Amino acid sequence: MHSEGSISIWFFIGISLLGNGLLILGAGLYQVAHPPAEPVVLFRLHANVWWGALLAMAGAAYCYHFRPGR
Amino acid sequence: MNLSLALFVSPHLVHLSPVDAVIIVFYFALVLAIGFYLKRRSNTSEDYFLAGREMTAWIAGLSFLSANLGALELMGWAGATYQYGILAAHWYWIGAIPAMLFLGLVMMPFYYISKTHSVPGYLKLRYGESSRALSAISFAFMTVLMSGINMYSMALVMKVVLGWDINFSILVSSITVAIYVGLGGLRSAIFNEVLQFVLIWAGALLIPILGLIETGGWNNLRVQVARNASAEYTHLWSTLGSFQSNPMGIHWTGIVFGLGAVISFGYWTTDFLVVQRVLSAKDLRAAKMAPIIGAAFKMFVPLIVILPGLIGIAVLPMKLVGEGAAVGTGGHSYNEVLPLLLARYCGPGLLGLGVTALMAGFMSGMAGNVSAFSTVWTYDIYSALFHKNASDQQLVGMGRWSTIGGVAISVGTAYLVIQFLSIMDYVQALFSFFIAPLFGTVLLGMLWKRATAAGGFWGLLTGTVSSIAMWAWVKVDPSALRYVALSPYARDMAENMYRALWSCLLCVVVTVVVSLFTAPKLASELKGLVYGETEIPSEGEFAFYQRPVFWAGAVAVVFVVLNILFW
Repeated sequence: MHSEGSISIWFFIGISLLGNGLLILGAGLYQVAHPPAEPVVLFRLHANVWWGALLAMAGAAYCYHFRPGR
Repeated sequence: MNLSLALFVSPHLVHLSPVDAVIIVFYFALVLAIGFYLKRRSNTSEDYFLAGREMTAWIAGLSFLSANLGALELMGWAGATYQYGILAAHWYWIGAIPAMLFLGLVMMPFYYISKTHSVPGYLKLRYGESSRALSAISFAFMTVLMSGINMYSMALVMKVVLGWDINFSILVSSITVAIYVGLGGLRSAIFNEVLQFVLIWAGALLIPILGLIETGGWNNLRVQVARNASAEYTHLWSTLGSFQSNPMGIHWTGIVFGLGAVISFGYWTTDFLVVQRVLSAKDLRAAKMAPIIGAAFKMFVPLIVILPGLIGIAVLPMKLVGEGAAVGTGGHSYNEVLPLLLARYCGPGLLGLGVTALMAGFMSGMAGNVSAFSTVWTYDIYSALFHKNASDQQLVGMGRWSTIGGVAISVGTAYLVIQFLSIMDYVQALFSFFIAPLFGTVLLGMLWKRATAAGGFWGLLTGTVSSIAMWAWVKVDPSALRYVALSPYARDMAENMYRALWSCLLCVVVTVVVSLFTAPKLASELKGLVYGETEIPSEGEFAFYQRPVFWAGAVAVVFVVLNILFW
């Protein structure tokens, strides 16, 4: 949905994915540098690093494609 | 699905890091920002109650699905899978897909062309004021109660998962929902439902991915489930030959005719909570495509609900138990399987996203109920019974006030449930009383010209009363189960299936009989409401791959393949 002069819902989705992705990626990278004393199962896969990066990239793409005024 | 008192006795399951807290705050800030942004686009009743009827098929479709994909749904069905195995997937496949396709292809044209604002509004056009009043009052009453149950459940889950105070959770969630729905109306609710849909997938999809990595893939998972529970837990149909050969205590006839033919059709085609989303579509083709898009995504929801339930059986070191046993032993109940897996696999950041997805699911459930309540209250009760000549601005004003009123009643319901937990079971049972007969009434109204106003009203009333009577009969005399559910071995879910089936059939029989003895409506009064008297626009100008029927066929093929694969 993107009426004249309005912000698309997909832009808000992009903001959400980008913000959450960057926060998760940052937390993941911090954990790579400072491994926790009680890691989660499959910690070695560093899911928060690649999942965070994936969300951030998807979010950035949505923000760009559905940016206001485009 | 009920979340249990057992949750109260567990120590809280996860500890949030600062980054998790930031993610949660970010979600609330974004939701409120959307509400304030959309306020300026909610000035007319069409804007406020039907989102301006300008949603694309994708937005309406995702919102349609999302209105049903709340956190209660996710946690409850993951728990049901832990308890009953893959049989729970029936509620996502045969219990949803055929009905959603039917709504898109057969029923949507009548809802959309009649330009009704609500399902009770359609009943008014087709059958008259008495049917509308019966349906609107029962629906309005039940939606605010359901919203309160969502509110209570969220507060309960936040207490158990995070250790939050129940009053704090109720306060935050109710104020947030009142602000964003009150300001932006249905458009705001839809925006947040789509946001919630994305957050749920982003927050929950990692669990099955990491779970399958840990168990060594689907085949190894099946072996581990067979070892820890039973080999029957991974079969969808092959164990349904008798009531005693499967953990759910149900026969295939109950699944096919009760769930597949009545309950799911009743819910997906006549529950205004979900139908309202599709009514916001920008044109008839988008309205027909929306439920089909919803169905396509619905088929894959078991990835984040059913699969985690099975993974829980395979990998969790503790045995999850029923509600009563969890209270008695201080253990974990079935409904905790999803948060337990979240804590198992998700580190800082991912945990915050998972918890945010659950919160978004609960708040979306509340918002969906409150926005549907506001519409039905304003159009079908206030405007129909108290203020027939209300202006457009008065309708919008009443919509905003009824949203706030709906949230306030929901808060009251939440505290009532805290005092009397069994209310939760009764309310959910009550909700089912109205849905199955309503499907019979609406379907006959759309497809049978001869159905009359008296037939519709008495059919709906008889179906509803008979459903309540059957439920009460089994409560008073449990041995009546052999008559209602056709077997003394049937369990709660099986009873629900058969009760729905009988009440719908009774509604249809009474509607037909009374209609045949009463004067039919004139053909001119049925224009745009009934098959045979409604001109449905041709889709001839669209290529075959742009037509709803093509995509419905594609979804149907995948649906059949999935059922065979997991037979």
